[in-house]
Amino acid sequence: MIISLMMAAGDAASQAGPGTDWSAILAGLRDLASMLSIAIGLFFVLGGTLGVLRLPDFYTRLHAAGMTDTLGAEMILLGLIIQAGWSPMTLKLLLVGLFLLVTSPTATHAVASAAHQAGLKPLLGKYRAPDPTATAEEGH
Amino acid sequence: MMEVSLAYFNLAAAFFVLVSMALMLGRLLLGPTLYDRLLAVNSFGTKTVLFLCVFCFVIDRPDGVDIAILYALMNFIATIAVLKFFSYRALDVSLADAHIDKQVTKGDKV
Repeated sequence: MIISLMMAAGDAASQAGPGTDWSAILAGLRDLASMLSIAIGLFFVLGGTLGVLRLPDFYTRLHAAGMTDTLGAEMILLGLIIQAGWSPMTLKLLLVGLFLLVTSPTATHAVASAAHQAGLKPLLGKYRAPDPTATAEEGH
Repeated sequence: MMEVSLAYFNLAAAFFVLVSMALMLGRLLLGPTLYDRLLAVNSFGTKTVLFLCVFCFVIDRPDGVDIAILYALMNFIATIAVLKFFSYRALDVSLADAHIDKQVTKGDKV
């Protein structure tokens, strides 16, 4: 909503005539918002990729890929939508975002469910959840 | 001035999405189980959609987003089809008849 307000204000200010050049300032703000959104999306996408490479287990990798891909993709598409402004491009990008928002968690769930049915066990390391009574005795 | 810097920013974003795709290819080659590879393929497809969207802003041709829509749908259908094939060893199984209990006994080969 803020973005659409900014766009409308930019259009109105471009017709306001000389004085302070508000349209350039608002265009700069729009570019800045777009860059910020794309940068956040790239952070999530690269972080998820590193997680898929580095994490020890299939289910943890699934967690890294499934969660960050959804958020990162939506943030990058939001940044592109801010750049595109009001155009048919925005509609197409919204369509891509909608498809990704529906299909990405569904595919993640399907992969996890199939792996679980096939009997793939999660990796359990040496770490156990700390027992509160045991730690209390060690504290004394 | 601002337009030029935004174009360079988009180019850098496309490059980083490509780097992410290359790293995901590493998991695809290394993945110990079938499901690791499937996960990598699915994630690779999502990143391909992102790369198409960003890159058609870089080269300023809006046609690429149509291909991205198509690719998003194809990617999902391909993942589900491969999963179904490896779960039931056939594609012409009605999912309404396939029960989960049947698969636990013969799924240990995967």
